[in-house]
Amino acid sequence: MMTSETTAAKPRWALPSMSVLGPVIALVVLVVIGTMLNSNFLSAANITNVLARSAFIGIIAVGMTFVITAGGLDLSVGSMAAFIAGLMILVMNAALPSLGVGVPIILLGMAVALLAGIIAGLINGFLITTLGIEAFIVTLGTMGIYRSLVTWMADGGTLSLDFGLRTFYRPVYFDGIFGISWPIIVFALAVIVGEILMSRARFGRHCAATGSNEHVAHYSNVNVNRTRLYTYAMLGLLVGVATIMYVPRLGSASASTGVLWELEAIAAVIIGGTILKGGFGRVWGTVIGVLILSMIDNILNLTDLVSPYLNGTIQGVIIILAVILQREAKAKS
Amino acid sequence: MSYMKMLTAGCTALAISAGGAFAQDAETKVIGVSIPAATHGWAGGMNFHAQQTVKRLEEVYPQLDFVLATASDPGKQVNDIEDMVATRGIDALVVLPFESDPLTPPVQAVAESGVWVTVVDRGLSVEGISDLYVAGDNPGFGRVSGEYMVSMMPEGGKIVVLRGIPTTIDNERVDGFKAAIEGSGIEIIDMEHGNWNRDDSFDVMQDFLSKHEQIDAVWASDDDMAVGVLAAIDAAGRDDVKFVLGGAGMKEMVKRVMDGDTMIPADVTYPPSMIATAIEMTAVGLTSNAPVSGTFTIGSVLITPENAAQFYYPDSPF
Repeated sequence: MMTSETTAAKPRWALPSMSVLGPVIALVVLVVIGTMLNSNFLSAANITNVLARSAFIGIIAVGMTFVITAGGLDLSVGSMAAFIAGLMILVMNAALPSLGVGVPIILLGMAVALLAGIIAGLINGFLITTLGIEAFIVTLGTMGIYRSLVTWMADGGTLSLDFGLRTFYRPVYFDGIFGISWPIIVFALAVIVGEILMSRARFGRHCAATGSNEHVAHYSNVNVNRTRLYTYAMLGLLVGVATIMYVPRLGSASASTGVLWELEAIAAVIIGGTILKGGFGRVWGTVIGVLILSMIDNILNLTDLVSPYLNGTIQGVIIILAVILQREAKAKS
Repeated sequence: MSYMKMLTAGCTALAISAGGAFAQDAETKVIGVSIPAATHGWAGGMNFHAQQTVKRLEEVYPQLDFVLATASDPGKQVNDIEDMVATRGIDALVVLPFESDPLTPPVQAVAESGVWVTVVDRGLSVEGISDLYVAGDNPGFGRVSGEYMVSMMPEGGKIVVLRGIPTTIDNERVDGFKAAIEGSGIEIIDMEHGNWNRDDSFDVMQDFLSKHEQIDAVWASDDDMAVGVLAAIDAAGRDDVKFVLGGAGMKEMVKRVMDGDTMIPADVTYPPSMIATAIEMTAVGLTSNAPVSGTFTIGSVLITPENAAQFYYPDSPF
C-alpha cells in the first residue's frame, strides 16, 4: 500500500529507485557468476534452454501477479496445469481416430486447454468472491482436487500423447521463428500484454485499488468482486496457455507434473517486487523473478562447486537476499 | 483417488464378508494392505498390482477379507494402519512403508499385538519386527546397471548419472553402481538429482549437454527420468550419446527394448509387482501350513531384447 502511494507520487521520469533496481542487480550478478563459472552459460543454446523452460512458470506468474496485486492468492495453479495437461492428452487421444494427425486436432487440444483453464479460474474466483471464502482455503482445496483428478485420470501412472501426434505437436515447444523458440515468444507476448494491462489500463488500476483497500476501492466505484473474479479467470487462462506449451515437450502428464509450480510462481512474483498483501504489482519484475529462479537451477547444474544436496539452500538464500535488497532500498528511499 | 480405492476395496470386502457370514463366521480372516498413493509412475504400477492381487485373491480364498488403503504421506499411513487394527481387527498387515523411521513404531505396535506383519520394499529401522520381509534389491539394482555399462563400454568412456530423490534407496543404488564400474575405465563426469521426475531430468540433461562436449552414455537410473533424458538429447540434436540406461521396467521402455531401440538397449527391473508377491505369500501363510516367514529378496534382473517379452505388461499403468 505504502509503495503504491510513493510510486504514484513520484514523477514518472525520475531515476529508478533501488526497489526497482534490486531484482535487476540480483539478475545481473547471477549472469556474471554464471559466465565466470562456465563459458557455455551465455551460449545461444543455453540461453534458449533457460528461457524456454522458464516459460511455463513465467506465463503462470504473469497471471499470478494480477491475482496477488488484487489481494488474492492461488495455490492451485500447479495442480491445475497437471489436470489440464492430462485432460488435453485424453481429449486429443480420443479425437485421434476421427480427426487424424493434423492441425485441427492440435487446435482442439488448445481450445480444451484454454477453456478448461478459464473454467477452473472462474470456479476459484466464484468461490472466493461470491461465496466469500478465503482464497487460501479455496485454492488449497482445488489444488488437492486437481492433483487427485489427474492421478485418477492416469490411473496412477502416466498419460501419454499418441506417438504420431506428439511428433506432430513437438515443434510447438522446440521450434520457433527467427531462432527464437515458441515458448519464449508466447512468454514475451504474455508479459507485454500483462505489463500494458497492469500499468496502462483501467483493469490494472482496479486490481491495485482492490488489493490496496477493498472498501475504499468499493466506494471509488470499483467493482471489487468482478475485478477479483477476472484476475482468477485470467490466471486460469494463462495456466491453459502454459499447458499448451508444456504438453509438446514430453508429451505426457502424471501426478508429478507441475508439482510446486504454485510456490515458484508466487516466489517469482514476490522477488519481482509485487507486494504479497496486494495493492501493488509489477509484471516486468515478475519476469526478473522467474529468470532469477530458473537461472539458479541452471548455474547449479553447470558447475560442480556445491553438493547437489545443497541446491535448495542456495535457492532459498538467493530468494531471501533478493527481497532483502529491495527492503533495504525502500527503507533508504 | 486413494479414498475412492479404499472405499471400493472396503465395500468389496464388506460385501464379501456379509455374503460369507452365514457360511463361515469365525473362520474369516482379514488382511490389511497399506501402501503409498500413486504419486509417481512406479507407485502407480505398485497400486495397480496391489488392486489386481486383492481382486484375484478374494475369489481364490473366500475365507479372506482384504482392506486396501493408500496413503499420501507417512502420517496418513500411520493413521490408516491404526484404523485397520481398531476397526477391522486385521489378522495380518502387508505394509510398504512410506518412510522407514516414522512407520517403525506403529508397525512394531501392530506386530506386538499378535498380528502377522509383512514388510515390502523398504525395511523398518528396527530389525525383527516383520514376520516376512519381501525386499527389493537396491544395491543389486545399481550393480546390475553398472555391470551392463561395463559390458557395453569395454574401452571405458564418459557417462553422466541422474539420481533420484535423495534417500537411502538412491544412495544404495548409486553405491552399487559405482562399485560395479570401478576400474573399468568408465568415468562419471557428472551427477545430479533428477528426482525420479521427467521434467526435472529433462532440465538436468539439457544442462549436462551444454556443459559437456562429449557424453558417451547416460545412466538415468529410472525409466521416468530416461524419458526426460531422451527428449533433451533429441532436442539438442547430439549424436555422441550412444545409449541411455533407465531402470524399474516401465512398459513403454520395456517395449522399446523389445523393439530393439539402440538408444534403449536394455532396462533393469525393480518390479512394482513385488507388492503382489507379498500379498500372495501372506495369504498363503494365513490359509495353509506352508511356512512363509523370513526374508524374500526380489532380485533386479537385466531386461534385454531377448527376454523383454516376459517383463511386458501392456495393461499396467506403469
